[in-house]
Amino acid sequence: MTVVSDIPETESWFHRNQQKIAPWLFLAPGILFFAVYVIAPIFQSFNLSLYEWDGLGKAEYVGLSNYEQLYWEYVDRDAFFISLKNNVIWLVMYLLAIPAGLFIALFLNQTVRGIRIYKSLFFFPFVISQVVVGLVFSWFYDPNFGLLNTMLGWINLGPINVLGNENLVTYGIIIAGLWPQTAYCMILYLTGLNAVDPEQIEAGRLDGAKGLRMLWHIILPQLRPATFIAFVVTIIGALRSFDLVSIMTEGGPFGSSRVLAYYMFEVALSEYGFRMGYGAAIAVVLFLIMMVFIAYFLWSMYREEKGH
Amino acid sequence: MFPQPIEKQSAGAQFAYKSLLPVVLLLWLAPLLAVALFSIKPGADFSSGNYWGVPSSFEGLTNYGQVFFNSDMPRYLLNSFMITIPTVIGAVALSSMTGFALGVYKFRANLWIFFLFVAGNFVPFQILMVPVRDLTLSLGLYDTKAGLVLFHVAFQTGFCTLFMRNFIRALPFELIEAARVEGVSEIRIFWYVVLPLMKPALAALSVLIFTFIWNDYFWAIVLTQGPDSQPVTAGITSFNAQFRAAYHMMSAGSIVAALPPVAMFFLMQKHFIAGLTLGAVK
Repeated sequence: MTVVSDIPETESWFHRNQQKIAPWLFLAPGILFFAVYVIAPIFQSFNLSLYEWDGLGKAEYVGLSNYEQLYWEYVDRDAFFISLKNNVIWLVMYLLAIPAGLFIALFLNQTVRGIRIYKSLFFFPFVISQVVVGLVFSWFYDPNFGLLNTMLGWINLGPINVLGNENLVTYGIIIAGLWPQTAYCMILYLTGLNAVDPEQIEAGRLDGAKGLRMLWHIILPQLRPATFIAFVVTIIGALRSFDLVSIMTEGGPFGSSRVLAYYMFEVALSEYGFRMGYGAAIAVVLFLIMMVFIAYFLWSMYREEKGH
Repeated sequence: MFPQPIEKQSAGAQFAYKSLLPVVLLLWLAPLLAVALFSIKPGADFSSGNYWGVPSSFEGLTNYGQVFFNSDMPRYLLNSFMITIPTVIGAVALSSMTGFALGVYKFRANLWIFFLFVAGNFVPFQILMVPVRDLTLSLGLYDTKAGLVLFHVAFQTGFCTLFMRNFIRALPFELIEAARVEGVSEIRIFWYVVLPLMKPALAALSVLIFTFIWNDYFWAIVLTQGPDSQPVTAGITSFNAQFRAAYHMMSAGSIVAALPPVAMFFLMQKHFIAGLTLGAVK
């Protein structure tokens, strides 16, 4: 996206056309930054995915062979397949944050003394960096002294080494991720519940609606804006998962907790070699998956805009 | 109010609710409380297997003292501030202008530019990684705080524009009309009419961006390397390598690293939440 905005020479002309030119002048710095650091790199990555490049020497054009390799990794159930599969698990499991957040919000939507502090403390995990969340949970899962196994020990179970088990590891990391994400969804719903129309609730009560029926037919429809944002941030968050994987397992054991975001980083920037082109191809795949959701969000926003 | 206020229910239910609250909270924060407990224990407790018991002595001051005086942590913290604060200022400044342009003026490309910002804000970081790293290298800004700041400002402009534009849309447009009739220039309308009304949005965004940038890890490891410019999220891994298996130290380090955004949140809670809901849920 480039902007051609001719800064006018004569002041009178500028004054006459002020309202036409002004938005472009206000936009120019923002668009410039965004174009250089966000828009252009997307196209550069698409281009780079057709090359073999170690980041230093000359890039060699290889056509679609990076994608062909990804295809074979997929067929052979290799790293790319595992990453893709884990991304799907992340996506599905992460959505649990939405009902969980709603549940906690309903639990906390009271006016007893000190409830404000409770709400803030429940929100706490979201404010902490994912790096710290990752560390905290790696210790929580630790097979020797972790709180999880200590608690399992009380009921004569365990110990289990969550992060060392190929079948459990991804779920273990996702649970760590659900902790802050649930807090986020909770706060969205708490704010939404504040705005629920009390008259409709009364009307519902008169009609004999209670509990779950009331929630489903009267409350949830009014929480739609909150639910929409919760979906957006949760889906994007799930597909962006990188920090936790990097901190908790570095993709292990044996690459079983890789996700696309992490695998791409591993291929392009770690000791496994600087395969920038191949990394770019993985990034393109992730980008296209996310684009499906982004397009849907934009479409919803577009309808909203037109509705006004 | 939904669910039914607890005051309207039996005394038993009220009592049950009030005693359940702290229990649930303790469970919810258990992993964090564990780290807080670790951080005040002496190292000897870990070698003697006393992980969860009462600390054999209170070593909070020693442990946190070590973090502040015997490690690179203060440098990382300082770096984090020097990256976060300029980013907040830059992104908020740029986006108050773009938000103003997209919120006030009607022109054909308006919605498309807006959507471009929104979409850009949601893309995976990995698609930007190699080109942004290259660009930063060729600008000579690799492994500098400035390199990180420039990228963060650009990227956060997407989210901030979304927020600012929606906020400005909700302002009374008559104010701007009236100013135009008076012959006030557009730049003065921006500065004297709209900007003062945007104070809540500026506050909300600042707090939110502060937290986002402080907690960034991915770009920190892609664009910086050593204690000279790495922020605390990236630095904590080297810190943990320095104190390998010293859980009391690693815990204290983690808590120190997590503290500034937490403090920010508690000081500016109202603004923070207004920001998180993207201004869409009132």
